[in-house]
Amino acid sequence: MDKLDELESQSIYIIREAYYHYKKLAVLWSIGKDSTTLVWLVRKAFFGKVPFPALHIDTSFKFPEMYKFRDEYSKKWGMDLKITMNKAALDAGMTCEKKLDCCNALKTNALKMAIAEHGFEALLLGIRRDEHGIRAKERYFSPRDESFQWNYQDQPPELWDQYKSQAEEKTHIRVHPLLGWTEVDIWRYLKREQVPITDLYFSKQGKRYRSIGCTTCCNPIESNARNIDEVIEELETTNTSERAGRAQDKEDTYTMQKLRALGYM
Amino acid sequence: MREDLKFVAVGHVDHGKSTLIGRLLYDTNSLPPDKMEEVRLASEQAEDGIPEFAFVMDHLEEERKNRVTIDTAQIFFRTPKREYVIIDAPGHKQFLKNMITGSTQAEAALLLVAAEEGLQEQTHRHAYMLSLLGIKQLLVVINKMDLVEFSQERFEQIKTDITKRLNEFNLTPLMVIPIVANLGDNVAKKTERMPWYKGMTLLAGLDELQPAPSVEENTLRFPVQDVYEQDGEKILVGRVASGTIRSGQDIMFHPLGKTATVDYVKTLEGKQEKAEAGRSIGVVLKEKGAMQGLRRGEVACDLSPSPRVGNTVNATVFWMSGEPLKKGETLELKCATQQVSCKVKKISERLNSSTLEILADDADELLDTEVAKLTLKADGYLCMDPFEQVPEMGRFVLMRDTDTVAGGVVH
Ligand SMILES: Nc1nc2c(ncn2[C@@H]2O[C@H](COP(=O)(O)OP(=O)(O)O)[C@@H](O)[C@H]2O)c(=O)[nH]1
Repeated sequence: MDKLDELESQSIYIIREAYYHYKKLAVLWSIGKDSTTLVWLVRKAFFGKVPFPALHIDTSFKFPEMYKFRDEYSKKWGMDLKITMNKAALDAGMTCEKKLDCCNALKTNALKMAIAEHGFEALLLGIRRDEHGIRAKERYFSPRDESFQWNYQDQPPELWDQYKSQAEEKTHIRVHPLLGWTEVDIWRYLKREQVPITDLYFSKQGKRYRSIGCTTCCNPIESNARNIDEVIEELETTNTSERAGRAQDKEDTYTMQKLRALGYM
Repeated sequence: MREDLKFVAVGHVDHGKSTLIGRLLYDTNSLPPDKMEEVRLASEQAEDGIPEFAFVMDHLEEERKNRVTIDTAQIFFRTPKREYVIIDAPGHKQFLKNMITGSTQAEAALLLVAAEEGLQEQTHRHAYMLSLLGIKQLLVVINKMDLVEFSQERFEQIKTDITKRLNEFNLTPLMVIPIVANLGDNVAKKTERMPWYKGMTLLAGLDELQPAPSVEENTLRFPVQDVYEQDGEKILVGRVASGTIRSGQDIMFHPLGKTATVDYVKTLEGKQEKAEAGRSIGVVLKEKGAMQGLRRGEVACDLSPSPRVGNTVNATVFWMSGEPLKKGETLELKCATQQVSCKVKKISERLNSSTLEILADDADELLDTEVAKLTLKADGYLCMDPFEQVPEMGRFVLMRDTDTVAGGVVH
């Protein structure tokens, strides 16, 4: 087995654990490369099916290419797609001038709405440890309390492959099957498995997106990588961090920690 | 071929783990410019303004303000030889459960000892925990050599102390390296300040570590994780814990004690001839009706050697909860995909995991960070193997309500 086989098998094991223990399960699909990899792994775990809903938290500010990709592949893969938007906040004129407030309203609060509406006990999320220092501290199975708080100071131990299989009442569990993957692992896997991906990630006129989210908060990077091979080559030589183009991480040193403590992904 | 290696960095608080990891990333050119900037900004916000490599790893606000690592974290870097995952484990006694969480994911360990302080409480405890958790490969670094004037004598003394200690648990360090973490001596580059040291740098030492050996050739153990029914077909799903499962192979399910024949291995891509240890797969059996009674927790095994099947477990257990274990208490035991309730019948050889002092031969309770031999009576049958032979089947956790409160191994 090579490293990708190992990562794949571990992720599938975790997905199946989540499915065994939590019947009200959903996979959070942001249409980006990580959560699309996650959806792919769900299909592998269930021999081509996606036996629980895929949840898209729509801020309304996503790239048009993302909406198109979402609609095409949710059909193709027979997914039960649930879309949640915080309409009240948008109607009240929420924009991304204040990053923390905007992410909190349109992502975190929208996620709370979705959980309340559908009664999800557990969510599969495609976060990775190498994305951001604070995510390096995550567990594979990570409980959130009623108010969504992540008690990062006192996380439950997680030994070997034994994960938290029961939640206290009034909490939901976040499950992170991709935690051990790095950015370049994702790309190597997308290539090996020929997973479809939106072409926002590939260079046009000398620029490409390395991480995608809202049009308002994502800046493309200078790059001539026009296809997967070139992206892999670029990543093998770069040192700039992946989320460098993401505005919400930047405000101050601990923005990401604050966002995450409030329940951000 | 594996191209990556995971190691855990352990040692007493303040002996310089976070600094060393930051330095390793810096020396291997693994720090992104914005992370350098982040380190610089955070140092400016600190009172003394000294740039701290430790900031690269300590990301929680509380960790930076108090300059202490609370939780385990993982970070990535590479050398020309391979990719590494460093697991940073906190050095405070109260965060031992985080150190253990980190260590159970590792295939090797890096143990730090500060030269001026020598072996401390958590140095001893971490060394012992590593041996319990079955980590066999170990590098030791003696840090802060600048604070002891690069004294060879001091180095040799600590080296002797730590080696002796480790030998008591059948651990032998691959090498012991004198370093200065924040200035980089013997981290990536040989230093001229310790000409008496003829060995390798830490980075070269890391490249000498071996990835965990594959257990493909071992005896077959396939713990059933779940049973799916798709298009009229029943599929046992799970991950092969050891050995290789092949189509046409005769297997026996334990603890049920039922034999069957493998029809084929199933994946999204279709029918496969076989699957080796580590793979998450589906298994379809030949005989109709063979699926009767099969569910999560059954383990498909070679006809021989059989695992141990029974309802009594004798194990070495480390306790990780502030709420002590009481003799007579009932806990849930999870081993691979098996889960049973069990009652604690006996707590013997209750041990301080740092001093290794036996606190009681026959105890009524077990406290946080202590280790003991437990006799557990399960309310159902389960199968296990000695930890040394099939690690996945020889280790388990104990749960109280919804929390993991202990880990254990059977020998
Ligand atoms: N003089 C000296 N100080 C060091 C060295 N390595 C680390 N330190 C300092 O020791 C303190 C504790 O280091 P830290 O990495 O936070 O320790 P940890 O608790 O093991 O992670 C910090 O103030 C470091 O700057 C070293 O080699 N020499």
